Amino acid sequence: MTALRSATEVVDPVPGAGAPHLPQQPDLVQLLTPEGERVEHPDYSIDIGDDDLRGLYRDLALVRRWDVEATALQRQGELGIWASLLGQEGAQVGAGRAMQPDDMAFPTYREHGVAWTRGVDPLDVISLFRGVDNGGWDPVATGFNLYTVVIGAQCLHGTGYAMGIQRDGAENAVLAFLGDGATSQGEVNEAMIWAASFSAPVVFFCQNNQYAISVPLERQSRVPLYQRAAGFGFPGVRVDGNDVLAVLAVTRAALAAAREGQGPTFIEAFTYRMGAHTTSDDPTRYRLASELEEWKLRDPIARLKAYLSRSGIADHAFFDSVEAEADELAVRIRTGTTEMPDPPPTSMFDHVYAEQTPHLAQQRDEFVAYHASFEGGEH
Amino acid sequence: MAAQTLTIGKALNLGLRKAMEDDAKVVLMGEDIGKLGGVFRITDGLQKDFGDDRVVDTPLAEAGILGTAVGLAMRGYRPVCEIQFDGFVFPAYNQIVTQVAKIHARSQGKLPMPIVIRIPFGGGIGAVEHHSESPEAYFAHTAGLKVVAVSNPVDAYWGIQQAITHPDPIVFFEPKRRYWEKAEVDPDATPGPLFASRVVRGGDDVTVLAYGPMVKTALQAAEAAEDEGRSLEVIDLRTLSPLDLDPVFESVRRTGRCVVVHEAPLTLGLGAEIAARVTETCFHSLEAPVLRVGGYDTPYPPSKLEEEYLPDLDRVLDAVDRSMGF
Repeated sequence: MTALRSATEVVDPVPGAGAPHLPQQPDLVQLLTPEGERVEHPDYSIDIGDDDLRGLYRDLALVRRWDVEATALQRQGELGIWASLLGQEGAQVGAGRAMQPDDMAFPTYREHGVAWTRGVDPLDVISLFRGVDNGGWDPVATGFNLYTVVIGAQCLHGTGYAMGIQRDGAENAVLAFLGDGATSQGEVNEAMIWAASFSAPVVFFCQNNQYAISVPLERQSRVPLYQRAAGFGFPGVRVDGNDVLAVLAVTRAALAAAREGQGPTFIEAFTYRMGAHTTSDDPTRYRLASELEEWKLRDPIARLKAYLSRSGIADHAFFDSVEAEADELAVRIRTGTTEMPDPPPTSMFDHVYAEQTPHLAQQRDEFVAYHASFEGGEH
Repeated sequence: MAAQTLTIGKALNLGLRKAMEDDAKVVLMGEDIGKLGGVFRITDGLQKDFGDDRVVDTPLAEAGILGTAVGLAMRGYRPVCEIQFDGFVFPAYNQIVTQVAKIHARSQGKLPMPIVIRIPFGGGIGAVEHHSESPEAYFAHTAGLKVVAVSNPVDAYWGIQQAITHPDPIVFFEPKRRYWEKAEVDPDATPGPLFASRVVRGGDDVTVLAYGPMVKTALQAAEAAEDEGRSLEVIDLRTLSPLDLDPVFESVRRTGRCVVVHEAPLTLGLGAEIAARVTETCFHSLEAPVLRVGGYDTPYPPSKLEEEYLPDLDRVLDAVDRSMGF
């Protein structure tokens, strides 16, 4: 079986799946088939040792466990909402692990897998969804910007940051994340125009998970998304987003090109949001159960596990140890969440400005005095 | 540099130049600001002297200007964004309100946003639609932004430098029809604080508040009123967010009367907020309700009608008469 044929077989659109009108996808980059078979691609190879392969599996398994635990916590009333990444672990871990320490990621609000690879504590992400803060991690120290909820706005931030890298004469790159829906946003298109015009060291990493909440891809685009890049004047690549090895290889290459001054790349990671948009969503209203069943056969974790087992790179003891570590992580997340203190009420006034205004300081004082007026009273 | 007579436009130009000399992280961004020097020539000559990495002719997309400025600020730069005309800020409104204004709070202070957004504002230049607006209230209403408006060359020269060195994002309104007004600017002087209103003419009968292009109008009204034996105290508000109203309260407690003047439409404009605060603070000193003189609640009209729309000396005096009549 040639790599090309294998790739084509795998990504033939499923009936009823996100983009049924899309033609065959000979351009899709794949290094690991859904069955866990390593295949070669003429343009992309991966140089990776066994330790790192096992590390990727560990990442995928722990990120999924975190996600499952967070969904459960939301159902139990501990989180206001949760945006699940179920099914997108391969795309996110592959992209995140392609980054170097001094690179900078600009996530949406679903990039928990990338956060994991940047060393962000899951509880600092959970705190956002619990309503404690807007994300508790340090974006500078982690090289992972805070989540951006306005769709696509972060693509411009990433591009501007990349322009700063250019002005610093540094050899870093930016990985700006977006979804298929975001490609319709004007700001995303502006970001690509800017990136092209200034040859900025930014890679646009689009997880095409087939749906913008309920709206399927064909409402956003009549052409495969990766082909959009040509119109902006830089390369576009479609990669199997459920193949962590292919994502890692493609993203590494794009980031390297950006660091070397070759400008931006658009990566379309072809994947599937196996869960709801968020815990507030009900996907049974807009898609068929059979579609989900088809995509389960392409699960990013199962295929890596099959490969590692079959090739002897990992054994039962390894998988058991990851499972045990996942259990520990889940306990830590659960305990950390339920024990997470509410923020002090006055904290809402604290960082509105770097230099506090007299007016806001006065409002804060009035707020404190108002609350103090109840102390010891009957209220 | 010796004291010299400068227009507001030239004072801004020299202020920008000084800020760029003082800090290599200052980057100017905007449409046509390079070779052309901006449509009002405020950035004239700066690209030639500082290079096109620091004076960036951007693609024609305002959201892109502000959005990339956010990223540059995160990387440690101090972007100064020129919006070509007031009415063209709205494509960037999303970035300004949802990102520029909120990132410092979102990051609990870890990501400062020292961005200056320069906007030539106001009418009176005979322009077509979207070139004569006064959108300051939209920004003053947004937590996380600071908003200032300059009225003269001295404040233009110092204000732009103070805004650029300030750690918070500032929307910096420039009175476009007054760009050619002149005054002496002494670069060796010590400037007053940016976020402070200022009494620009003392008086006893009515306190008149104005900012940007309306300061001149208010001063003209005060001169005319003097001929009629009325003494107007004129205060240049200078900072619209935060407002600096202590000098206003002090004045109103003396005069008992207050008139607020702006070009922006009346409803929910700065005048409404000021009227509320003056009433809350000076209730027992007031001899008359706080009156407002502003643009009408219409779209900015075609330029043949703008003289009817814009507050002028007579409309200010009419409000003064009504205030005195209570």
